[in-house]
Amino acid sequence: MTPDLRDFELDRRDGETQAGTRTLGAATASDPIHAVLEALAPAFGISEERGAPGSGTRRRTWLDTFDWRLERAGLELTYENARRGSRLLLTAWDGTPQAEQPAAGWQPRRPSLPQDLPPGPVRDRIVQLASPRALLPVVTTSTTISVKRLTNPDGKTVARLIVNASSLTLGGANPRTLGLPARLTIAEVRGYPAQARRAARLLAELPGVAPVTTTLLAEALRALGRRPADYTNGVDAEITAEMPAPVAVATVLLRLLDTLEQNTCGVLRDIDTEFLHDLRVSVRRTRAAIKLLGDVLPGDLAEQYGPEFAWLGDLTTPTRDLDVHLLGFPAMAEHLLAASPEDLEPFRAFLARRRSREFRLLATAMRSPRFRTLTDHWRKALVEVRDAAGPRRRRARQIPAADLAVTRTARAFGKVTSRGGAITAASAPESLHDLRKRCKELRYLLEFFAPLYDPVAYKKVVGDLKQLQDCLGDFQDSQIEREEIHALAEQMLAERAAPAATLLAMGEITAKLAIRQEQARADFGRRFAAFAGPEGQRRVRVLLERAGAP
Amino acid sequence: MKIYATYNIKGGVGKTTAAVNLAYLSAAEGHRTLLWDLDPQGAASFLFRIKPRVKGGGKALIRGTKVLDDAIKGTDFDGLDLLPADFTYRNMDLLLADAKPTRRIAQLLKPLAAEYDRVFLDCPPGISLLSENVIHAADVLLVPLIPTTLSLRTLDQLTEFVADFNGRRPEVRAFFSMVDRRKKLHREIIQDLLAERSMVAPTGIPALSIIERMSVERAPVSAFAPRTQAARAYRALWAELSAPQPAQERPAV
Repeated sequence: MTPDLRDFELDRRDGETQAGTRTLGAATASDPIHAVLEALAPAFGISEERGAPGSGTRRRTWLDTFDWRLERAGLELTYENARRGSRLLLTAWDGTPQAEQPAAGWQPRRPSLPQDLPPGPVRDRIVQLASPRALLPVVTTSTTISVKRLTNPDGKTVARLIVNASSLTLGGANPRTLGLPARLTIAEVRGYPAQARRAARLLAELPGVAPVTTTLLAEALRALGRRPADYTNGVDAEITAEMPAPVAVATVLLRLLDTLEQNTCGVLRDIDTEFLHDLRVSVRRTRAAIKLLGDVLPGDLAEQYGPEFAWLGDLTTPTRDLDVHLLGFPAMAEHLLAASPEDLEPFRAFLARRRSREFRLLATAMRSPRFRTLTDHWRKALVEVRDAAGPRRRRARQIPAADLAVTRTARAFGKVTSRGGAITAASAPESLHDLRKRCKELRYLLEFFAPLYDPVAYKKVVGDLKQLQDCLGDFQDSQIEREEIHALAEQMLAERAAPAATLLAMGEITAKLAIRQEQARADFGRRFAAFAGPEGQRRVRVLLERAGAP
Repeated sequence: MKIYATYNIKGGVGKTTAAVNLAYLSAAEGHRTLLWDLDPQGAASFLFRIKPRVKGGGKALIRGTKVLDDAIKGTDFDGLDLLPADFTYRNMDLLLADAKPTRRIAQLLKPLAAEYDRVFLDCPPGISLLSENVIHAADVLLVPLIPTTLSLRTLDQLTEFVADFNGRRPEVRAFFSMVDRRKKLHREIIQDLLAERSMVAPTGIPALSIIERMSVERAPVSAFAPRTQAARAYRALWAELSAPQPAQERPAV
């Protein structure tokens, strides 16, 4: 019917709808749409097309996970509430429809787990991609779409001008709307391509009108001072090779604190399990940074805050461990051979009850003055370090960030090679657990200073390290999970919550975990050699030698 | 893709106004609809404000040097496209005689099946090679009848003409057009024919000046005057015609 020929938007200076106004010769228009119509008027008759398909008001809420899984997969999920009913619509980044389904009775106001969406093709398409994260309302816009016919001297419609005037609905204590730049589309009428091109040309020549380069979602977020995919649990600290070491370390730690604080609310609201996961990763990284780099911070900051972050890390462990069990439950149940999945149900219920109890303890601690004091004072202290490093106050013996990165990373790599190299088939499991910790420290150091390295070389080194870590992780996690299941079985027995069939099924799971651990152990030699063998050592050497090189 | 053709041996019976309004109603229901103005006079094209001109003329279309697809124009109405008339269509019989004489229109429409749900053919009057082509291509022949004795004769002629066809034959659905209920003859003929022939739709299109006004407004009456008696009549008629014909009414194959 009418393929879109070209999309334009009005100048978005100031971010308001009216901001697109520019002087158009004599036609200084207070309404930018009026100026557009004036520019088209010499070439076309223009009339409003009332009741045109697609016209009217459209209220849309974008949904995505906190870590933008849909956006990163090139998808946009919107909930629309229109006269003909509410629906969920999944599109590709360029607007190509992917799936659509009615959403009667469902509201996007609260976070929802993907499996809790109404059944339909949209849910089917995203459940795998988004899980275990919840879908959160990102932003809500209201768009009034009006269609104007562009006619030839016979009064025949030869093109259409579609005007999308959108505003952003801001909730909170003071609900208000914020106008977004109007978007214009010239739609071609079949058989009249030249006229549509002409209209598009006239628009393109108009000052204050530019081709659309962003999605409406990006536009709406921009008005809020945000951008799509603006959360990542990566370190991504803005450091440079020449930066004084304390400043670089404080910058990394501040970035980790940002991530910790970004996740705090999601943890306390128990939106999904991954808020706690990301918060724990930030805490672990912080502890590693304090341990491995804290000596460059002034005073006794490292000594003072190290134990506090250890407290925070320990606080979160029981809930996360239970989350891991519950998240892995479907897979565990699926792989049972002797027992049936139903046998595990009392175990699942027991885990869920324990998780509720542990979560209450965690939430209480995270709402405590101790937690608030920790984050507030830590931020204050780090900001002081970062901002007090001006030339006048800089200490004479401060080394640059690149030197710190190289010495500490080389030392950490040395520990990995020597301890890993000493592991034999007869070595105790503890030696592999210890190596896993050293690998984690090395990985964190690499991540903290990632901006200083050549990205290709960095990717290769981290890729190999990751494979080694996965292997060591499988080895240790299988053992820990087995021990935990054993302890949980004891507790269930003590609470008389363990039918025999459940205990047998749990036994089958522990047997599978033991097999997995053995496989990881058998795989260790190959993984270690790939990362820390002569070639791996050469790669790390080259990476570090070129640290900070332009 | 279902193909309807408004056709009558007689001229001036309301074929084009029916084709324009029924195609519009089909599109308004959400069916992707194409109207092919096969009449060299180009009345349907005029009513949609589209120039009755096809690049290369009928010759290019029939010979296939110009694909039908390229000649199609969007009307002002969502889901409704038009293949305009061309003055060269007056020589259509000669052009068809050079091609596969009686199946060419059906052949040309075939590639459009993916793009349209319904096609309306607005045919010029008369019995010709073009009308044979149309009868071969159409699933339903929509026959407007003015309630006069002569019109009935032409319906009989047309029914016989279709019955003589070999192979697949279209369903024939007639309806009264330009009905003047003040005339006794009109009322009597309608009453008799409805009793005799169930191929005739109960709803007739009245003779109203608002329908003549289509040539001033250059739009279907259902679009510019949707609440009028004429628009209501077209809607009722379309509801009857687009409903499946009872099995016994289909001509034997």
